[in-house]
Amino acid sequence: MAAFDPALIRRDFPALHQTINGKPLVYLDSAATSQKPKAVIAAIESYYAHDNANVHRGIHELSRRATIAYEEARGKVARWINAAEPAEIIWTRGTTEAINLVSMAWGLDNVGKDDEILISVMEHHSNIVPWQLLAMRTGATLKYIELDDHGRLVLDDLPSLLTARTKIVALGHVSNALGTINPIKEITAAAKKVGALVVVDGAQGAVHTKVDVQDLGVDCYAFSGHKMCGPTGIGVLWARKELLESMSPYQGGGEMIHIVGRDASSWAEVPHKFEAGTPNIAGAIGMGAAVDFLSDIGMDAIAEHERSLMEYAMQQVGAVEGITIYGPDSLDERSAVLSFTLGDAHPHDISTILDSDGIAVRAGHHCAQLVMKHFGVAATARASFYLYSTKDDVDRLVAGLGQVRQIFG
Amino acid sequence: METPQLSSLYQQLILEHYRNPRNKAELEEKTVEIHMANPVCGDEIRLQLRIEDDHIAEAKFIGQGCSISQAAISMMTTKLQGASIDDALGLAHRFTELMHGDPEAAKDRTLGDLRALQGVSKFPVRIKCALIGFDALQEALKKHASEGSA
Repeated sequence: MAAFDPALIRRDFPALHQTINGKPLVYLDSAATSQKPKAVIAAIESYYAHDNANVHRGIHELSRRATIAYEEARGKVARWINAAEPAEIIWTRGTTEAINLVSMAWGLDNVGKDDEILISVMEHHSNIVPWQLLAMRTGATLKYIELDDHGRLVLDDLPSLLTARTKIVALGHVSNALGTINPIKEITAAAKKVGALVVVDGAQGAVHTKVDVQDLGVDCYAFSGHKMCGPTGIGVLWARKELLESMSPYQGGGEMIHIVGRDASSWAEVPHKFEAGTPNIAGAIGMGAAVDFLSDIGMDAIAEHERSLMEYAMQQVGAVEGITIYGPDSLDERSAVLSFTLGDAHPHDISTILDSDGIAVRAGHHCAQLVMKHFGVAATARASFYLYSTKDDVDRLVAGLGQVRQIFG
Repeated sequence: METPQLSSLYQQLILEHYRNPRNKAELEEKTVEIHMANPVCGDEIRLQLRIEDDHIAEAKFIGQGCSISQAAISMMTTKLQGASIDDALGLAHRFTELMHGDPEAAKDRTLGDLRALQGVSKFPVRIKCALIGFDALQEALKKHASEGSA
């Protein structure tokens, strides 16, 4: 395999090669959604141009091809995260739907009014609100793991938070707002001692690092295609097959049934039991192509590149006068996310000024209002990096922050 | 497309209102209050008015957000003290025209300090920031009218 070269990798991403407000684009919003390589765009185009048909329905040739491509993509994702078999991969619209699926299909049947659901203050809203809804419907109690000053989970509290009543522990693998990497394996081991179901929001996890779901020991792992070079509208829920087989269906419709009667029906086998209606076939194929793309480069190489980039970014951005960086200091505990504020310049103003320089960052609460509240800020600016990000991007960011200081100085 | 100039957006007057907002305090004798938030960006405002007969006797606000939203609200409140309800609605209408790039509105001296915000019209994603205060004003006047007729 060739040495990791971001300049070479960037050639695969057409959207990176454009000017914004007269300046070459610096895309630092990959935690919101990644850019797409040519291989992914081509796979989607090729499917629609040559193989478009509904899956698992027709006897005709196109339907056969579409079904094969769709199921091959499932297999690629399964191997990528070391699932025991492709049937453990449920296609969803994204991480959000995957978490909602677990909360409804498993939660409603297994959580009662005396039970507890444990999440954390660090979570994205998509890993808070589904559990609030479940708690409202079942009468269960929602409990939180708190954050420390460096944006890490206060795990000293874990033994007292986990009780015989804890039915679900749902945590992010990596915080989208702070970049904090959570020790999922360690937490899972503790959660398993009380018999809780462990659900991981991997939207920012599998994207950046090699994930082995069996090694993690978790029950469910959810992630999205669009944050890992794939298209929007497709994501994955991985869960152990026995668990999926024990769960009720999530939505009813075509594809998920075996035999339909007047009063009752029987369900299709896993994974189809959870895939009612015509699925996002092109999306699944695109996500499969994204897995191929990332696998060819190698997740370890990507992680290493991001780590050295983050080291540089923490130094350079950290040296800007008036900057406050949120989240862990240690690179062992931080993914490719840099959340910051600068003096009294509001993050929106920071983002507008950077945008005028062609630099795309996210400004706001990052769907993590509890994190913002913890740090006593209404919003932060967030630069997030990926395999195609470079030190030059960091330098441009630092220069742009100089302009923010000039205007708000 | 012409690149919009940052200097036209971040006028000194805007930064001055952002740092030293006028009428930013609780209004004890308020007769109407509207809370408005932009969940996308976290801009937030509580606009409080004391309305007597057909005019706004006093206007204050509590809020947080970007320089554009907070400066616009501050400037707006300076124009509202003692204004008739009709004039306040007229001001809201005129300012909205300014945000949509109406050149006539940009010349309208009745907008006062608010004219400093005309550069915002070149930054479409920021127009909602500038309008949140006036949105709250229009809601407040609507609420006042419905409560008055009730």
